[in-house]
Amino acid sequence: MKLHEYQAKGIFADAGIPVPDSQLAESVEEALDAVDEIGYPAAIKAQVHVGGRGKAGGIKIATDRDEAETYAEEILGMDLKGYTVETVLVESGVDFVDELYVGVTMDRGEGKPVLMVSTEGGVDIEEVAAESPDAIAREHVDPAFGLHPYQARKVVYNAGVDADVAGDVASIVSTLYDLYEANDATEIEVNPVMITSDRDVVAADAVMNIDEDALFRQPKLAELEDEAYEDDLERKAGEYGFDYVRLSGNVGIIGNGAGLVMTTLDLVDYYGGAPANFLDIGGGAKAERVTNALDMVFSDPNVDSVVFNIFGGITRGDEVAKGINEALSGYDELPKPVVVRLAGTNAEEGMEILNTDLLGVEKTLEAAVQRAVENAKEVSA
Amino acid sequence: MSIFVDDDTRVVVQGITGGEGKFHAEQMIEYGTNVVAGAVPGKGGQEAAGVPVYDTVDAAVEAEDANASVIFVPPAFAADAIFEALDTDLDLAVAITEGIPTQDMAKVNKRLGETDTRLLGPNCPGIITPGEAKLGILPGNIFADGNVGLVSRSGTLTYQVVDNLTERGIGQTTAIGIGGDPIIGTSFIDALEAFEADTETDAVVMCGEIGGEDEEQAARFIGEHMDTPVAGFIAGRTAPPGKRMGHAGAIVSGSGTGTAESKIDALNDAGVPVGDTPEEVADHIESFL
Repeated sequence: MKLHEYQAKGIFADAGIPVPDSQLAESVEEALDAVDEIGYPAAIKAQVHVGGRGKAGGIKIATDRDEAETYAEEILGMDLKGYTVETVLVESGVDFVDELYVGVTMDRGEGKPVLMVSTEGGVDIEEVAAESPDAIAREHVDPAFGLHPYQARKVVYNAGVDADVAGDVASIVSTLYDLYEANDATEIEVNPVMITSDRDVVAADAVMNIDEDALFRQPKLAELEDEAYEDDLERKAGEYGFDYVRLSGNVGIIGNGAGLVMTTLDLVDYYGGAPANFLDIGGGAKAERVTNALDMVFSDPNVDSVVFNIFGGITRGDEVAKGINEALSGYDELPKPVVVRLAGTNAEEGMEILNTDLLGVEKTLEAAVQRAVENAKEVSA
Repeated sequence: MSIFVDDDTRVVVQGITGGEGKFHAEQMIEYGTNVVAGAVPGKGGQEAAGVPVYDTVDAAVEAEDANASVIFVPPAFAADAIFEALDTDLDLAVAITEGIPTQDMAKVNKRLGETDTRLLGPNCPGIITPGEAKLGILPGNIFADGNVGLVSRSGTLTYQVVDNLTERGIGQTTAIGIGGDPIIGTSFIDALEAFEADTETDAVVMCGEIGGEDEEQAARFIGEHMDTPVAGFIAGRTAPPGKRMGHAGAIVSGSGTGTAESKIDALNDAGVPVGDTPEEVADHIESFL
């Protein structure tokens, strides 16, 4: 779960990390009231869950009231990589002489959190990591002990941060680690940490992502969740409790188990089609879940044909088939052709009872995908 | 022969009185697994799935001589259950639970390095040595006894590939689901090393997916340390960057690490053929035997 910049900065400020003065605005009038109070220069920053907001035109610096009005009008309501901007953060511009990168994340390979500091802040850190990995100092933290204070100092010194601000930066690193742990974050990133001409240190941006699996014990963070979906289908998937990702193709895909659903997408591509979505309905394939999954793919206007691949496992194929038939009982004919493939325990019994008036049935995954790709070509032709 | 589990494995099921725990304990027993006890705090003295329940894993080990556990405990309490298994010095703990907070798993991972217990999972379907023992939720009837080892990050994809093998009359020594989470106990390399040492395993299937760099590391291991032939499959070729594809660990990062392409290239470089379809994986395995 991603937090907005303003939410993360609120958490930073409460923990004592210096952040610029700022106010949230949902209209041009509110934005102008905010700049009147904050003064110039002022940054107007779109609050959407999109990386690279600056490059995409979602962050502008206003030096006077006219500019502030123009930029607020431009940014509020704009479409940023598929998300509509409904809120901007109006923030006091920082007069900086240097920019650092500071981050805490989980190193999967090591199974340990890692601190990262670089003097090459303010740019795409992933490019820095790819081109000059030595420019980023790293320090792994033992999750059982937590961060030792020397480690925060060490990573800051190793990064080559100027000595006069090193103590303040180390203090930010240390606080960020505490926040990472206390909030069940998967990632906290401040890019940049700005160093002002007065040699003050300020967190000018904030990325904070929370482990969705830990929200049960982070009720305050769970309340901050902004269900900003790219489109109605993702919203619907959230309501139905499906793992769903929308893609740009025209073959709708329903399946069970992440690996097998991904494989089905890959096979659609392999056989010359284009997958429209990833939809994992999980185990069981009960009628209600099947109904909801079909509703998802049928209501996607891009979808011309559907492949439904279930590996029964412990759930018997005939039970799955009953669920599918029950879900189909509301249809006289299907709005889009559906090919079903059942495998696993009692799969043959299941395939025998499937409603073949409405469905195409194939025995193998490969055959089902090929037929669905053919169907899509016919429909779109 | 087999790896990690066999006829002699004596299993305690943590969470045996819950819906999933009870159902799968019964399924494991029906398959012939030596399930000897359950462990659920506050339920000691009861019986579930036909075996005695103890309040602690320690008591179950003491009374029934269990040496492995399968964990069906809800995510909020699962890390604690894994710690209990590790601290009881079992040979093997299999964590089926999906949705354990990552920071909990980092702490578990730390303790794991200090014990001799093998952890499988979490967020995995378990392990099966066909005809001998099944620890987890895998559908036993699709497996057959034979000489191919299988290790996979995904449950249903494992079943798909096993089905393709079994249909051709190719059985398995042991099949292992290592789990779809970012931090897991047993890695591809651990499983591959064990298959390499197993005299009855003549070929190995490795099913990976996008996210992380475990497959790349495994590819290097295969190139340097394995004589047993390996065939690979990588799911997620069409996954867009930055999107979590069902599994918490299945994500291609914005900077392009964790892609299917990188994993397939690494495997090919190590001399491992990677199937475009599950059928092709079975073709490769057949050609090895």
